Amino acid sequence: MRFRMPGALAALLLLAGAAAAEVPADYLRSLDAAAHENAAGFAGFSAARGAAWFASRHGTDWSCATCHTDNPLAGGRHATTGRSIAPLAPAANPERLSDTAKIEKWFKRNCTDVLGRACTPAEKGDVIAYLTSLKR
Amino acid sequence: MLDDRRRKWFDGIVWTAATVYIAMLVDTAQAADHRYPVDNATYQSECGSCHVAYPPALLGAGTWREIMRGLDRHFGTDASIGESAQAQIKAYLEAGAGRSRGEVPTLRISDAAWFRKEHDGITAATWKSSAVGSPANCGACHRQADRGDFDERSLRVPAKEVR
Repeated sequence: MRFRMPGALAALLLLAGAAAAEVPADYLRSLDAAAHENAAGFAGFSAARGAAWFASRHGTDWSCATCHTDNPLAGGRHATTGRSIAPLAPAANPERLSDTAKIEKWFKRNCTDVLGRACTPAEKGDVIAYLTSLKR
Repeated sequence: MLDDRRRKWFDGIVWTAATVYIAMLVDTAQAADHRYPVDNATYQSECGSCHVAYPPALLGAGTWREIMRGLDRHFGTDASIGESAQAQIKAYLEAGAGRSRGEVPTLRISDAAWFRKEHDGITAATWKSSAVGSPANCGACHRQADRGDFDERSLRVPAKEVR
């Protein structure tokens, strides 16, 4: 019989990857590097800071929580169109935060709407730390 | 007797007329049972995450073109998407655009004459109720709106309840 260990191992790794979709490590590294570059004293992302930021308005009518609610483990609703929005926390919705292009697309759109400007790397890292810290 | 060139010309006119006529029949048939195809995965995922993936047939091609030109200022929000998705969705919407719908200068489906006529029985209180909230929220009453099905059989207007 032929040795099939590599195939089995690969399948196992794939399965493990699918079950626990994570924020792409290279994306987090690039946010971290950019945050360090912007502020010399940057001491890492903070879930607590991300939570406060998520709930507060930033000079507009909306906060993140306006559509995503105060509990990102639950579903939300689009403030203008009324469309239901699936939960944002990966613990409740494993698809979330697993694809760099999608994360960046939504940051671009939603930061413009909520902050009237692009989010900084530190803000992105903080809110990701907050969302991934939430457990069911 | 017709010479060859004239006959070709005549054939061309007949074919064009037949195509336009069939297209109009299809439009009418769709309008009759209020079911319109929405069958593009990119369109559904990119546009359908913030609002119902409105059937392409509900607006004219020129209106869709205008909408797709200004996604970064999309009814007060930034709805920009990647270049290839943008091109693909634009082509899809233009190809499926309603031929007999006409264009809407405000770009809003809810401002189209046919929309107003179809919804003239809906009171302001219903539009503003928490269950509906906005004319953009088709799914509040048209339970199968996500599938392009606006037939009266799947229609349920929620009880009035002012927010």
